[in-house]
Amino acid sequence: MLSKRNLQLNEHGELHHLLAIEGLPKRILERILDTAESFVGVNEREVKVVPLLRGKSIFNIFFENSTRTRTTFEIAAKRLSADVVSLDVARSSTSKGESILDTIANLTAMHADMFVIRHASSGAPYLIAQHAAPHVHVVNAGDGRHEHPTQGLLDVFTIRKYKKEFNNLTVAVVGDILHSRVARSQIHALTTLGVPEIRVVGPQTLLPTEIERLGVRVFTSLDEGLKGVDVVTMLRLQNERMNGALLPSASEYFSRYGLTPQRLALAKPDAIVLHPGPMNRGVEIDSMVADGRQSVILPQVTYGIAVRMAVMAILAGATR
Amino acid sequence: MNELTELASAEALFASLKTQMASSIAFDAKLVGVYSGGAWIADRLKAELHGEHEVGYIDVSFYRDDLSTAGLKPTVRSTQIPFSVEGAHIVIVDDVLFTGRSIRAAINTLFDYGRPASIQLAVLVDRGGRELPIAADYVGEARLVAADQMLALERGDDGRFSFKLEPWTR
Repeated sequence: MLSKRNLQLNEHGELHHLLAIEGLPKRILERILDTAESFVGVNEREVKVVPLLRGKSIFNIFFENSTRTRTTFEIAAKRLSADVVSLDVARSSTSKGESILDTIANLTAMHADMFVIRHASSGAPYLIAQHAAPHVHVVNAGDGRHEHPTQGLLDVFTIRKYKKEFNNLTVAVVGDILHSRVARSQIHALTTLGVPEIRVVGPQTLLPTEIERLGVRVFTSLDEGLKGVDVVTMLRLQNERMNGALLPSASEYFSRYGLTPQRLALAKPDAIVLHPGPMNRGVEIDSMVADGRQSVILPQVTYGIAVRMAVMAILAGATR
Repeated sequence: MNELTELASAEALFASLKTQMASSIAFDAKLVGVYSGGAWIADRLKAELHGEHEVGYIDVSFYRDDLSTAGLKPTVRSTQIPFSVEGAHIVIVDDVLFTGRSIRAAINTLFDYGRPASIQLAVLVDRGGRELPIAADYVGEARLVAADQMLALERGDDGRFSFKLEPWTR
């Protein structure tokens, strides 16, 4: 973990790469959230562009498909006036046999300033950051089961928007914790920001062993896990998990772990519901909840742009 | 630090600035303060000038030209322009006019909100050292400050202004 921390921060303790929430100090998380707050204002204007990253070249390299995340990173880069190129590498050079590091070296030779990396393998952004030229910044846009730090940041940004403080909250993260990089990033962010009680709720087969070591309380009953919480994060149940032996069926999952209005009533009356998207209505979440007054799922998407703008602006301003 | 004692009192400069502006600016001119010192001054001007002066605030961080060398400022405040810039007479208010780069950034910020009828500039101190062709319309005092010194406005609990001179750090 020490090497991760050193890799993310430069010698002045500034954020140079964003690879994981784990190991980042509170002051860095708070700075990102505060800066994002100012970008929310920019996004609400008629002219939604500032010239901050004029002349910078940002490459979104998605070794694994994700239209939504890639789009929000593109919009964020464009609103900072950067030149942005999105590469769907799943369908290009690597399929011809080129290695990741060769792809990166080629793009660096095109004078890239920042790489936004999505990869199916945990740790791929670390490999790239370790070999990147000193002036280049790397942002992890989701790596395997490991982390999805900008998603974790936009989750806590949304929570702060609605709840103001972290130090009096109980947060439940519900669903497929085992495969979820979103859950891991969010749990680390909530812990660092001082949330006193974090619960993970899911079937035993979808809970990682020794998850308690992250300082969370474990529930296998959704009703028990929701009692009195301020925030509920529903995770997407990935369809491919259904084929294995981990789950019986989507309808059975919904009957035990789907968030319905009746179940949500067990949480505090002003509890908010988050979901990183894309949602499976009728699998992990009922439409009545997804579209209900406690849902902050669409604000999450809006704030996601401001948070990604803040990350890119802070990284680009970190000089080595 | 004997330069410090030579500084005119910030309150006296504010009074002078206010007098100049009272006789010149449109009665509905909008005041836009540049964070943080300029924002304090704009608030005081609104309270103490006659007329109907709406107030906005600009943080120029997203419009600066030195991101690569200076980085993003640790704290960025939210720019708030709660009125229509289109066709408005606007006075940008700042504490110290130095290189002119902040004012250039503030003007660019305003134009992303609309096309003002006019923009003027009011500052407590013009310390020289301009790097851009920018001049103030209302100046509390023009006074040269050594290039390695930083002049910073402070606001006391009672709302009164004072200046502090510090070694330049960048």
